[in-house]
Amino acid sequence: MPELTTAASDPAALAGYDAHPPRMGFFTDTSVCIGCKACEVACKEWNSVPEDGLELTGMSFDNTVGLSASTWRHVAFIEQIGRPGDATTPPGDSRWLMSSDVCKHCTEAACLDVCPTGALFRTEFGTVVVQDDVCNGCGYCVSACPFGVIARRETDGGAHKCTLCYDRLTDGQMPACAKACPTQSIQFGPLDELRERANARIGELHDQGKDEARLYLENPADGIGGAGAFFLLLDDPEVYGLPPDPVVTTRDLPRMWRHVATASAALAAGALLATLRWKGTSR
Amino acid sequence: MSRSYYGRPVIKEPVWHSPDVAGYLFLGGLAGASSLLAGFAHASGNSELARASKTAATAAIGLSTAALIRDLGRPKRFLNMLRVFKVTSPMSVGTWLISSYGPLAGAAAASALTGKLPKAGAAATVGAAALGAGVSTYTAALICDTAVPAWHDGHREMPYVFAGSAATAAGGLGMIAVAPRHAGPAVRFAVLGALTELTAKSLLLKRLGEGAKPYQQGRAGKLLEVGEVLTAAGLAGAVLASRDRTTAALSGLALLASSALTRFGIFEAGRASARDPAETIEPQRRRLLKKQSQPSRTLPR
Repeated sequence: MPELTTAASDPAALAGYDAHPPRMGFFTDTSVCIGCKACEVACKEWNSVPEDGLELTGMSFDNTVGLSASTWRHVAFIEQIGRPGDATTPPGDSRWLMSSDVCKHCTEAACLDVCPTGALFRTEFGTVVVQDDVCNGCGYCVSACPFGVIARRETDGGAHKCTLCYDRLTDGQMPACAKACPTQSIQFGPLDELRERANARIGELHDQGKDEARLYLENPADGIGGAGAFFLLLDDPEVYGLPPDPVVTTRDLPRMWRHVATASAALAAGALLATLRWKGTSR
Repeated sequence: MSRSYYGRPVIKEPVWHSPDVAGYLFLGGLAGASSLLAGFAHASGNSELARASKTAATAAIGLSTAALIRDLGRPKRFLNMLRVFKVTSPMSVGTWLISSYGPLAGAAAASALTGKLPKAGAAATVGAAALGAGVSTYTAALICDTAVPAWHDGHREMPYVFAGSAATAAGGLGMIAVAPRHAGPAVRFAVLGALTELTAKSLLLKRLGEGAKPYQQGRAGKLLEVGEVLTAAGLAGAVLASRDRTTAALSGLALLASSALTRFGIFEAGRASARDPAETIEPQRRRLLKKQSQPSRTLPR
């Protein structure tokens, strides 16, 4: 087990773990992804995630379409063929983007905030995990996730998503997808260390003239407080099916509650007004 | 048109079903506002209206609870909702609210209908009225506390739309259930509600700007449009001819239906906005542009 930390800003400490291992996460460097889908397969096998359709979608090599209750790693394939006026790919040139998507294990996790049963919880590693034996399938987390990660499995009615291989982590093992990745596109480790590695890698790519490389969700000042699983992308996030500027919905919840309170008071006042006996009105 | 991944949605479409959850938004509002109306009618000695509203509230919250349980992926685990209380989860807050409100509404109705235990009935009436206001409006926070663009981005106005819609429904039901000479408070409640609902809804659409499209197009657009016609018709009937039994009942029915259509329309608008990647991406792009005075990305939009 790695050394213990107790930073006030880390989610495990906020969740009530006094002493806990450092926050663990993924850095997915899509610039070296070769689209082999070993991560998808390893994840399915290790976590016994059921088969969820074998269809040809016509979306390049992507036949799993997106993250779902039964797809916890998803490799996106984007074929870009250069057309006049396209700054990223000159005419006649082309590139093939590949990226392995996964649950972001947000610092401010909407799924965890809205879960009414306590099935979703924060682990000592700072990750977010569903307890399947508690989840009653209310579906609130599904609507709350700004990335469309967590989903309800129709065969068992429960919500499912990546656990960052919680079982393996407690045994000091790395998650199955990272273990299977042949190019180290999926890197696993303490989040602080991953951020350093990512910044070094971005510098390297920029030195090579690859100005389009950028980090996504690595910034703790962003709308989800930074992700436990962040990415190096070569194009805008939406090209990979990711939201460009996600903000956790619960940041606005205090304001929502205030408006609900005001509206409730107004409703009560309306009922009182309507019931008062006015001159010349019936009762 | 923004870029996307093969036109696929960025977020997941809500798994909540219509009519279960959309119907709950309507019935919960009807129940809570009916309890409020019943409370004040009871206090002012209008026992006819009080009895009718208490009965309506009990039936509506009973149906709501059944619909909510049916909508769960694992209905047998409904009680797991009561393992925790979380103010960060409107569904958790709502479950506790309904769990306390339901029995009170039921007791108030039972006492009013049987004439037994009047003191306990009065206490239950007060309790149901107090919690009823929250039952009617918390559902706005329930749907707005999501990543669904059409819902979340309307979170400032939604509670007022829901409060107005709830009063419209409760007033409309009162107009159907009791004779015009007892229905005065119901008429006035419905009129206040309908005006609030219309105003709040137009403010909501104005704030959403380009994001208002899901409310104006497709199934949601139709539901809301028909809802507004019914609101106008019901309002006219309520204001002009509520002394006539038939007109009052028909106006009440129109208002009740308009409230339901509003809730179903808002529900559908949210689902439609979740399906369209542009509804998620474009507001975030606009927010980013506002944040960055100069375009820092190297790529074309």
